[in-house]
Amino acid sequence: MAALYEGYTLCGLVPDQNLSSSGIQGIEEERDRDHVVVTDSTRSVTLYKVSDQKPLGSWTVKQGHKLTCPAVFNSQTNEYVAVTDNKVIRIWKEDDILLDKAFKATVSSDVWKVHCTHGGEPVVLFQRGAVRLLDSLLAAPQQPIEEVLAQEEAIRWSTIIVAETQQFIIITTEQKGEHFLYLQRLNPNSVQRYRLEREEPGLSPLSFSATYRDKHICLLYLYPNGHVYQSVLSVRGLGTEEGVQALPLPRSLLLGLPVGDGQLEAASAMALDEAHVAVVGVPHPSAGGGKDFLCIWNTNFQTLQAGKEIAGKIYGQLWSYSNKVFIPHGKTLSIIPFECPKSSLASALGKLKHTKTEESKTPNSVPSWNNILHGEKAQPSKSAETRRTRTTRKSQSTTNLTTDQVLELIKTAPVEEIQKEVEGFLTRAEFQDLQPSVGQLALTLVSRSLADPAFYSSSTLAQLVHTRCLCHSVCPDLVLLALEKKDYFLCQLCLQFFPDIPEAVTCACLKAFISIPDVDAEKVSLEPDSVEFMENLITRDRAEAGLQNGFSPTSSVVNDRQTRAEDVKKKASAPSQLSCPVGLHKAVLINEILQTPYSDTFLLPHLKDLSSQHVMLFLQYLQFLYLKYSQDAFPQMEGFRSPSLSQIMDWVCLLLDAHFTVLVMTPEAKGLLLNLHRFVKSQVRLVSELGKIEGSLQELRKMKAKESIGQYSIEIIELF
Amino acid sequence: MGEFKVHRVRFFDYMPSAIRTMAFNSQTERLAVARADGAVEIFNFNDNFFQEKVIPGQDGRATEALCWVGHRLFSAGLNGEITEYDLENLRPQYTVDAYGGPIWTISSNSQGTQLAVGCEDGTVKIFAILEERIQFQRNLNRHKGRIISLCWHPSSAQIAAGMTDMIKIFDAETGHATRRLLVDRAMGASKNKEVVVWSVGYLSDHTIISGDSAGKVQIWNGLTGTLVRTYLVTKWDVLSLVINASQDESSVIAGTSEGTVIQFQFISSTVDQHDKEWVRTRTFRNHSHDVSALAHTDTAVVSGGMDTQLVVRPLLDKVEKNTQESALRKIAFPHRSLVGCAKKAGLLLFQFPDRLELWKLGESEGHVCLMYPYFVCRFLQGEDHICCSALSACGGWLAYSTVSSVRLYRIQYNNTISINKVSKLPKELRSVHQLCFSSDSSKLFASSCQSSVIVVAVSQQECRYLHTLKHKTGEWKARMHLLCASDDGKWLATANTDCEIHIYNLHKMKLHCMVPVYNSCPTTIAIHPVTNNLISVHADQQIFEFSLVQKEYTQWSRRLQAQGLLSLWLERDTPITHITFNPKNPDHIILHDTYMFCIIDQSLPFPELNAVLWNQMTLKSLPVSQRIGQSHAFKICKSFQHLMCVSLLEDLSLVVVERPLLDIMSQLPAPVRQKKFAT
Repeated sequence: MAALYEGYTLCGLVPDQNLSSSGIQGIEEERDRDHVVVTDSTRSVTLYKVSDQKPLGSWTVKQGHKLTCPAVFNSQTNEYVAVTDNKVIRIWKEDDILLDKAFKATVSSDVWKVHCTHGGEPVVLFQRGAVRLLDSLLAAPQQPIEEVLAQEEAIRWSTIIVAETQQFIIITTEQKGEHFLYLQRLNPNSVQRYRLEREEPGLSPLSFSATYRDKHICLLYLYPNGHVYQSVLSVRGLGTEEGVQALPLPRSLLLGLPVGDGQLEAASAMALDEAHVAVVGVPHPSAGGGKDFLCIWNTNFQTLQAGKEIAGKIYGQLWSYSNKVFIPHGKTLSIIPFECPKSSLASALGKLKHTKTEESKTPNSVPSWNNILHGEKAQPSKSAETRRTRTTRKSQSTTNLTTDQVLELIKTAPVEEIQKEVEGFLTRAEFQDLQPSVGQLALTLVSRSLADPAFYSSSTLAQLVHTRCLCHSVCPDLVLLALEKKDYFLCQLCLQFFPDIPEAVTCACLKAFISIPDVDAEKVSLEPDSVEFMENLITRDRAEAGLQNGFSPTSSVVNDRQTRAEDVKKKASAPSQLSCPVGLHKAVLINEILQTPYSDTFLLPHLKDLSSQHVMLFLQYLQFLYLKYSQDAFPQMEGFRSPSLSQIMDWVCLLLDAHFTVLVMTPEAKGLLLNLHRFVKSQVRLVSELGKIEGSLQELRKMKAKESIGQYSIEIIELF
Repeated sequence: MGEFKVHRVRFFDYMPSAIRTMAFNSQTERLAVARADGAVEIFNFNDNFFQEKVIPGQDGRATEALCWVGHRLFSAGLNGEITEYDLENLRPQYTVDAYGGPIWTISSNSQGTQLAVGCEDGTVKIFAILEERIQFQRNLNRHKGRIISLCWHPSSAQIAAGMTDMIKIFDAETGHATRRLLVDRAMGASKNKEVVVWSVGYLSDHTIISGDSAGKVQIWNGLTGTLVRTYLVTKWDVLSLVINASQDESSVIAGTSEGTVIQFQFISSTVDQHDKEWVRTRTFRNHSHDVSALAHTDTAVVSGGMDTQLVVRPLLDKVEKNTQESALRKIAFPHRSLVGCAKKAGLLLFQFPDRLELWKLGESEGHVCLMYPYFVCRFLQGEDHICCSALSACGGWLAYSTVSSVRLYRIQYNNTISINKVSKLPKELRSVHQLCFSSDSSKLFASSCQSSVIVVAVSQQECRYLHTLKHKTGEWKARMHLLCASDDGKWLATANTDCEIHIYNLHKMKLHCMVPVYNSCPTTIAIHPVTNNLISVHADQQIFEFSLVQKEYTQWSRRLQAQGLLSLWLERDTPITHITFNPKNPDHIILHDTYMFCIIDQSLPFPELNAVLWNQMTLKSLPVSQRIGQSHAFKICKSFQHLMCVSLLEDLSLVVVERPLLDIMSQLPAPVRQKKFAT
């Protein structure tokens, strides 16, 4: 569930006399997530470090000039770009003290805004709708600027969005009460014009917010009657002809916010992620008509997730960078951190502890339905415990950082430092508190690894998985990331500890495991227990089998059968040696797959993707396991994690189901299929034998039931 | 040890009566429990919750309330009378009519000088407690509607009275009502139903706590007459409510119709906060039916109700955990034997409050039943309930007694059964507590008042008074609750509730000796037919053997005391109620409690302190040769449950009378309807 945390003040404001605007033109992200550039509505630009709530630098234009667009930071050149008096573009660096001495260029048309994405080139948007890259504009500042917009059409709002490698400028305009949307693609330039559907007459959207996800741009806009609409724009298939003709823009009602009496005036809605929307200036549904609230709504469930009353007037402005909401209100600019975790079952259950810390007996491992329904006490895992005590000794010296600090650290620090701090954090944290924070840590680690290909901290992730507080739904990218990085040890851990790995991912792992060259596989270090088990299984000599249940197979019957089995094997010749068809480490990894829970209806379609070579190899391996298990009366060795016989059989059946037609046509598979057929026969025989004695067994159970005692009986008892 | 043929008898359909009310005396640690049939039972909480006294009930005596005043016990009921009990002779001492219609409640002030009763006609009547009697003093101002509950303020200056729809506070001095607290009715459909304040408590800080028929427990400020707090605890009635008045008044328990007991405590709701408030803390769910009676001891919550069981639930913050003291106790059966057994004739006598039933046991050859048991006859008793009964060993004589009279019957079995009441009984046989026939059926012993035993000779022709046995002190002494005559007719042993055991020589008709007094009450005694040793078992589960001839404890008893009994034996929570001997093997002593019977083999060693007490299964699995080494003196059999009697007949077959608790439960009326899932 989303949550708003205690906010803090970034700076004071100098609002207008009549409190109509906040005095802030814009807030832009600077070099990283912790720095922002705040442009006020008159003359100054200030750089803040957010976590310290401290201004690092400030620049002011001369009296008589006016900043007409929020300053942006060009991270390619580490320069700030702003526009004064609509036509003068100013560019300066952080160490420039006086803005008037910095670079200036006057352009021929009025500028609406300069947009810049992180790592991208600044883009200048003119009031008449034309778009220029800053560099090309500066090459010839006085170049003529075309008019894109019609007469009486004016820009209301604009933003820039990066979709894959493309930059898009989104502009909304108003013309005689009609609203239009321009989707302008840069490099190559193309534009598409859409018409927004009309809301009730006289209502124009109060705020827009655009996000890019799943190859679509989602536009969110709020009307004064409290309706929040979403329109989805495809970035592909953008019409190549210039968008003279305005396409109607389909929309869907995402939320109907309560507006109380009257209509919203200064309000704003902003998408935080695909399911959460932050809304400011809209009444809290359970707190009367006051509109001084910041709320987070879940659009999937139409539920209010978090709300916070904001003191002072609200100007309907809202920015959000890196899980913080920037909101000017009254005479201050406040920063309110928030959290919108994915609504996974695990996090929903883990949330309990947030609200009721005093009575928290939260599960110390990932909650599973079994535990919840059948009341099994979740035991803190031994390995995690010992690991923690082990790490306690190691990391006495590290400074004590809070979760948030560690999270911040993960975003920037090098691998070694992260490893050290996470280890320290795990040692310090109470076991009960671990669950939410471990999830966050893993998420940020994974997202950084995904964003930054050079960064990957295997041992830290392994450590987090080892706490057993993680599950797949909390951190869905982890397994695939590990696969991508060829971190098979982490894969093994995940398969072992995650109760909820989807079948698709299981299959992806299987495919990857089967296709590792054996040479590579042997280099991987894996869990020693499972390796030892496999080693035992492969090198096991029959003489070692010894007594089974106090029974040593020396009787003639057994010998007889054994010799017969030997004969059979000699005839079959190839499998008789029982050499493992895959390497030791590969086998260990595949064993891990065999033991993950799955549902066959979901698994089958993915299994079909395996190539026939892989299927053959896998079947051979399963056959090997089966023979080992059944011939040696192989015990599920105590203390080792090992696939059970029934798991092996289930996988054999599944594979055959998925690939039978292909296998029948493959000549190499013939012997294998015949062998498997023999297994099935023997299993059928076993079951039919069991069926024969079923009746007798049931009689035994019946005998136990006590006959009811009447009012009087004569019995014989014996005392000893 | 060998095989036993067992007559497993389940046709004794004994039905305990519902618990109506109870009162706890914290000075003497005695709990008085009144049942719906009018019987009053006294439990000694100092002596392993032993039920030491039972005052038999009476038809029409519907006891509604009990009240201790010092050592004196008063009751009042719907017959409109106040009764004081004679706790030595176990009968009502006197009754006083309050002339106010049925009495719903009775309460004494803290000094024990005045008794207030609440009557149907709306009056609260004050009686002065005098030395030997009580005397009407005056009425408090009369109001419309019955007085259901009463509670004195500890200063004795005010009385809170619960009525329908309101609570009134009276000034005890002037008799005027000073405050009227209106109690809300239940919401919804029952809005029109008046609410009855079933129970009210008055604390020294003038807080009034009430429980009512709308399911509320309410806390009032008695000084201002304002409602402080309401707890809705049940959809049904809050029937009873008590304060731990003997302590700091910081805990209140309330019993509901749903069978729950809810505790409220006066504590600060958060740590390091000083203003305390009444907070609902614990819920106990030990009953299936109405909890109409409650008592709050220093360490435990005692509850009882429709389901007839007395439940003692220790408060785990007041007792040491995981000890016998902290164990939940359910007392479902009386701590005395209600079954008589004629060993020679194979007859069983079942004692009910209002009747006796005589049954003949069946006969069998091995497992095959040749003859089924049959019902011989029933003796219906009138208004007064039966307090004791006896059947002679030959089955020819039957005697029983009520608080006021004794009846004796001669039963003859020649083809047909003829039963003759012996009409002329000696006048000494009037009010007796215990009856016992000598083994040759020639004498009847009856424990009478003043701690004496009356000996009467019974024969075909006449019934003649022989002697009154008294011990020398001759002082006012506790009554005899156990009698036992030896097989050879020479000895008679008596035990009283002061834990004394006296031995009389019947040949000389005088006191032979007194067994050294042990500090726990004997629950049963028996004289060994061969050795003439007296076996006594006490409420704390100790076993003693006393040689009558040598007047000292036997070697066996000393060894047992030296070695000590196993904790498993000592922690059993029902007393041994009957002892018999094996005529063929004098080493065997057969005794039983509710959950097991045990044959003690005196020839075998005692179990080591770390041994398994119940070792029958292990012994069974061992080969015969090894059993000797493993076996110990206690042979315990748990195959029969909820035993009312275990006895050994002359033909060496065991008679086991069972009364399964489930059968009792199934005869109870349906409990209040509770919403269950999907109903």
